[in-house]
Amino acid sequence: MQWIFEPWPWYVSGPIIGLTVPILLILGNKLLGISSSLRHTCAAIAPAKIPFLQYNWKEESWNLFFAAGILVGGFIGGVLLSNGQPVAISAETIRDIQALGIQSFDGLIPSDVYNWETLFSARGFVVIVLGGFMIGFGSRYAGGCTSGHAIMGLSSLQWASLVTVIFFFIGGLLMTWIIAPWLYTVF
Amino acid sequence: MKNIKFLFVGVIFGLVLTKTEAVSWFRIQEMFRFQSFHMYGIIGSAVVVGAISVYLLKHFRLRSLDNEPIIIPSKKFNKGSIIGGTIFGMGWALSGACPGPLYALLGAGYPVIIAAILSALLGTWVYSYLRPKLPH
Repeated sequence: MQWIFEPWPWYVSGPIIGLTVPILLILGNKLLGISSSLRHTCAAIAPAKIPFLQYNWKEESWNLFFAAGILVGGFIGGVLLSNGQPVAISAETIRDIQALGIQSFDGLIPSDVYNWETLFSARGFVVIVLGGFMIGFGSRYAGGCTSGHAIMGLSSLQWASLVTVIFFFIGGLLMTWIIAPWLYTVF
Repeated sequence: MKNIKFLFVGVIFGLVLTKTEAVSWFRIQEMFRFQSFHMYGIIGSAVVVGAISVYLLKHFRLRSLDNEPIIIPSKKFNKGSIIGGTIFGMGWALSGACPGPLYALLGAGYPVIIAAILSALLGTWVYSYLRPKLPH
């Protein structure tokens, strides 16, 4: 049973993630997608007469249960079944990340960027708050995130999702190779 | 509670995302720098298994548990795929997470992630507010 505490290889996790597509369809004609939960939460707590937020979000509450489940799964995987070892990324990645000025490689995310003190510094604000804002704004504007477009959309062979995923990568490459190196020198 | 089953599927989904380190900022860095196959293997094998499953569901005209025909509405292309997609991709690379991993990381013992989730909610709300004025 020692394997359960080790990181799971892609050929185990990928197929299980792929199986959530038919499982959700069979359980109730539900389409895999996580960013929708952000919209439903907005519609529930701050609809503010915005037309896009005027719908019966309660009919979509399955999605909020799904999101809550992900949080519980994160606890089981990240706390109960963790071996406490750093993420085994490649040596080149470690070198590149160190060049950004990041020294902490202990957890799933770098604690020298993700902590309450840096949240109120320029670097933490950019990574956590601006990054989070772009995730929410961009995913809704694009009509879905990694799960809805890359997994669900590509699995059902939708070309709009393929275009969207290509632009996810264009945005990600722009940020990683051009914008972030500049941001990390400024902040 | 008919929604409990979706909570359970979410638990499995979040557990797998976390144990395979897809929720890790470091893995996202590695992916966008093309320094490991790991993330491409996860996404690629998920899509292959998902596509075969969808094909089989359609081919055998399987019905959902409540005996409804299984319907997958098509996603319509608009300029949001390009503009929104690029903005999302930049946020994904900057924060090292997308919506699923944000929830999983909060559960995995990183409470500061709540700030990223609240920011994502604000981003969703601002998009909803500006939607009539944005190109689509």
